[in-house]
Amino acid sequence: MSTTTAGPGPATTPVRPSAAATSRTVGALLARDLTVLRKQPSNFLARTVVQPLMLLFVLGYVTLKITPGHAVGAQASDEATTLLAGMLAMVVLFQGIFAVAMPLVQEFGYTREIDDRVLSPIPVGLVAFTKVVAGALQGLLAAVVVFPLAEFVPAARPDLHPHWAVLLTLGPIGALMCSSLGLFLGTALDPRSVTALFAIMLTPLLYLGCTLYPWSTLGPIRWVQVLSLANPLTYVSEGFRASVTPAHHLSLYVIYPALIGFTALLLWQGMRHFRRRVVA
Amino acid sequence: MPSLLQRRTVSRPDGSPPAEAVVHAEGLSKIYPDGTAAVDGLDLSVRGGEVLALLGPNGAGKSTTVGMLTTGVVPTAGRAWVAGIDVAGQPADARRNIGVVPQRNTLDRSLTVRENLVFHGRFFGMRTADARREADLRLEQVALTHVAGKPVDSLSGGMAQRLMIARAILHRPAVLFLDEPTTGLDPQSRLALHEIVRGLRAAGQTIMLITHDMQEADQLADRVAIIDHGHLLALDTPETLKRSVDADTVVAVAAETPPQRLAALLREHVPGLRDVHILEDSVLLIVHAGQAVFPAIAAAVAGAGADLRDVRVEEASLETVFIRLTGKELRD
Repeated sequence: MSTTTAGPGPATTPVRPSAAATSRTVGALLARDLTVLRKQPSNFLARTVVQPLMLLFVLGYVTLKITPGHAVGAQASDEATTLLAGMLAMVVLFQGIFAVAMPLVQEFGYTREIDDRVLSPIPVGLVAFTKVVAGALQGLLAAVVVFPLAEFVPAARPDLHPHWAVLLTLGPIGALMCSSLGLFLGTALDPRSVTALFAIMLTPLLYLGCTLYPWSTLGPIRWVQVLSLANPLTYVSEGFRASVTPAHHLSLYVIYPALIGFTALLLWQGMRHFRRRVVA
Repeated sequence: MPSLLQRRTVSRPDGSPPAEAVVHAEGLSKIYPDGTAAVDGLDLSVRGGEVLALLGPNGAGKSTTVGMLTTGVVPTAGRAWVAGIDVAGQPADARRNIGVVPQRNTLDRSLTVRENLVFHGRFFGMRTADARREADLRLEQVALTHVAGKPVDSLSGGMAQRLMIARAILHRPAVLFLDEPTTGLDPQSRLALHEIVRGLRAAGQTIMLITHDMQEADQLADRVAIIDHGHLLALDTPETLKRSVDADTVVAVAAETPPQRLAALLREHVPGLRDVHILEDSVLLIVHAGQAVFPAIAAAVAGAGADLRDVRVEEASLETVFIRLTGKELRD
């Protein structure tokens, strides 16, 4: 290309991106999301801490204390152990919703702030995927932040049995799944349906995702137990149950493939919707 | 008017675009799923270092054209290259060579003024230190250094527009797309923006300016492409375009009678008319040069019992060019 320029003008030769440049772009997109997080720590803490704090306080402390001849010792500890896994799953899901879905709904619906990132020289799908990774990182960070709450808020200490190999693999996969769900919801919904997101989708997802009880205890209500298998959050809750507690949980042979399958499906659909929102 | 028609620039036999073109489109078309042909077989070339204005009314296909050239809209037919890269085939590669100032404010509201630029540089693969240096340079260029640390929410419309220009040129694109950059700006901000565009042009920046403001196109552009209904109607320098009308005399007539009736009267009584265009509250006559028409106009209007309000010989403008090409006013 032979454009002639004087002084600090535009590039005169076409520049083609290299793999190194692409990875720098991805790094910058991640850095952008983490910078926003760092600038508004109160936002992050509010959406991270309040919900699990209430959960642990009401279900792990208040209800136990007001039970006639209230639960003590082993029973209270069992309750705290169950809630610990559910709380971690819930916190990670909330990051997927608040760090990925809500900003996307807003940016696609009103502000189009994402346009500049979409114009960066990498495939559009990679911009979406980077958003998911940033959301997953925030999910993991949130899990670490709220972990101490589970130790001190309930009436009794939870029974902790960390299985590090499981935790270090299922944790990130679960966070990626929740973040992919955020991408899917954030790109599929328009701003007017955000209330529907909370009322119709998030509430059953949350309460029927084995956050408040282990899946195995659902035996007496078989249909709920079977239906729960369609809820992706079930595998995150049961996954955390398997990684940090000695409680009964779904087989890891089920949890791993299910989480990976849900992640792949939601990511694929989310990236497809994302592309459709930015390319006509 | 053959003189106004663009000479078709044809790509070389190997299918690559002509070397002198920074932006090149051949038969570019977009038919939306609902059947609307927003752009229909557009041929266009932007040469290195020039400012090309894409001029047309709302709905003419300007935004779709820019969308296709900036990878946001996938063409249904034809091809386009930016800096020699096929935009539909290699959109990510093409984007490296493209700077876009969109119509609406798309600044990142979670970041400060300076951070908007620094992150943009990093999105384009710059190292952080380089991006910071470039950002400071560009802030100075668009006179926003004093608000570098402020949130973008606090900027006025003109400042936000300048920041978006700084952002779009930060990675030194081969071509800068300015989509209706002065729409909604106050006159002072508009002038400031025009100054910036002139400065960029002087520095050799290739610019595609999308506008429905013919004055803006006339003042800033080296060449003007007039499009309507997705077709390119003319592409030439503003002077040549205007000269093509200048061979005739342009007379605007207003009277105390509806323009439709006035036009019928004038058609009947005024000799040597080439063309009559009915405008909102007047009638535009294109008359053979040298024809004395004033007495005939006055007589025709008086004969019909109407009062003549105004008769003006107009200088040919891009507006006149547009009216001659499409038979309608630009802002309708």
